[in-house]
Amino acid sequence: MNAIRLLIRYGSASIRAQMQYPFNAIMLGIGQFTATMIDMIAIWALFARFGALDGWRLGDIAMFFGLVSVSFSIADFLSRGFDVLGAEFIKTGQLDRLLLRPRTMTLQLVGNDMRLSRFGRTAQGLLVLAIGTVNLHFDWTIAKVAIALWTLAGGVALFFGLMVIQGAISFWTVESLEAMNVLTYGGVQAAQFPLSIYARWFRTFLIFVVPIGCVAYFPVLALLGKPDPLGTPAWFFLVSPLAGFAFLGVSFVAWGLGLGKYTSTGS
Amino acid sequence: MEIARPYVAAFSARFLLMLQYRAAAIAGFLTQCWWGAIKIMVYAAFYRASSPSTHPAMTLAQVATYTWLNQGLLALMPWGCDPEVALAMRTGVVMYDRLRPVDAYAYWYARAAAFMTSRALPRAILMVLVTGVGMRLLGFRELSWAPPPNAAQSALFVLSLVLMVSLSSAFMMLLNIGVVVTLNDRWVSQSMNPLLVVLSGSLVPLALYPDWAQRALFVQPFAGVVDIPFRIYSGNLAGVPAYQGLALQLFWTVVLVLVGRMWMEHVMRRLEVQGG
Repeated sequence: MNAIRLLIRYGSASIRAQMQYPFNAIMLGIGQFTATMIDMIAIWALFARFGALDGWRLGDIAMFFGLVSVSFSIADFLSRGFDVLGAEFIKTGQLDRLLLRPRTMTLQLVGNDMRLSRFGRTAQGLLVLAIGTVNLHFDWTIAKVAIALWTLAGGVALFFGLMVIQGAISFWTVESLEAMNVLTYGGVQAAQFPLSIYARWFRTFLIFVVPIGCVAYFPVLALLGKPDPLGTPAWFFLVSPLAGFAFLGVSFVAWGLGLGKYTSTGS
Repeated sequence: MEIARPYVAAFSARFLLMLQYRAAAIAGFLTQCWWGAIKIMVYAAFYRASSPSTHPAMTLAQVATYTWLNQGLLALMPWGCDPEVALAMRTGVVMYDRLRPVDAYAYWYARAAAFMTSRALPRAILMVLVTGVGMRLLGFRELSWAPPPNAAQSALFVLSLVLMVSLSSAFMMLLNIGVVVTLNDRWVSQSMNPLLVVLSGSLVPLALYPDWAQRALFVQPFAGVVDIPFRIYSGNLAGVPAYQGLALQLFWTVVLVLVGRMWMEHVMRRLEVQGG
């Protein structure tokens, strides 16, 4: 319980700090909102031009896109400490201070800097979900809300895990590794569309290597009540978000290896 | 061995650091390849799934080449102001620029053009090697970066590319002057980027937007920094429409340069210099 209270204090401290410059914080949020909302224009244009896509409608895509945006934005809100670990903690030697404190590293890094601007993307995701709801005349029963929340939980775990791995790698590279953006931002980009339209190698990657498909594509199929055109059995749809948690577990193993190897660089 | 240790450590630290810059460049390149690949797979799915009557006035192969060109030449788009101008405004170094016996607009314009082209060139070469040559060898012929269809289109494309850089630099100058006025480089570029992405063809090729919007999309200024040159490249814009495209690029360059010059003159008349 103590940990949660501490986290809330961390969070309110960093939010108060950002609200010292409210205009700045709001503009950053609006920037995130517009930059991510633009993709919806592309999706609209493609459907307006071509009609349907193998039985997928605009509303279906909006459901995929909206859920993955919301889960990524929450993970992004929580994981900035891992994102900047190389540049701000390892290179400067600041990490030593965190190691001396009688709390876990994860807690301190999560609390390090919670960016309000990330909610610009959350708002975008929710708006896209609303578009999907209207477009499909979607009926949000309790069961469907539960599926959506379960999907989000798996997604947050997966994207958080990716950030943890990025942090773990920076124990070796010292800098923050931008190549991971391919998996985080690129993952969100890929998960906007149903996996069934992609080439086989790409699908395999998104299911078995970095299981973004398991926290977006499969559970959203359950939400939409659609079968997988590729023939994945329906029982798997609701189990699949577990892959996000499994990925998080693996990422913490990597994190442990990196932290074990850490020798201070600061002076 | 003990004597050598600090030097070995210094070497490996510096080496790793330099590798990081290289790694950052490679990471940027990988991101662009990944983005391009996703986009093209999505386009391919839409083309496959729909009847040819709904298809835009571009073939899938042309759309693929367009996408790779766009990814390879991303640095030729006016994403923000020249970082050196922003820095000069913040630190007050801008006063040296004011003292130079050169035309201030032309001086910054030339530097903007150099900034963009120098960043674009290495990435474009790498992109041609990977998505042009590499993908062809691997058998993804239809989705690769294809060469222009004939010599005439190639010549027109070279002309269009020059105009694209000229137009982009003129856009960048407007952002530069915006920074001089507001002293805030981030807001200035953030305000134009959504328009740039949607209207240039960088989001989706302009031909993929609805038919009723085509004429308006063709004549607006942003088309000249992506859509017109890349359609000329793939042969999608040939003959009279190609010349119209070139004329539009030239027209907007002249307009933006004139507007930029007038604005800059107005702004520089009462410039406050920061710093000491």
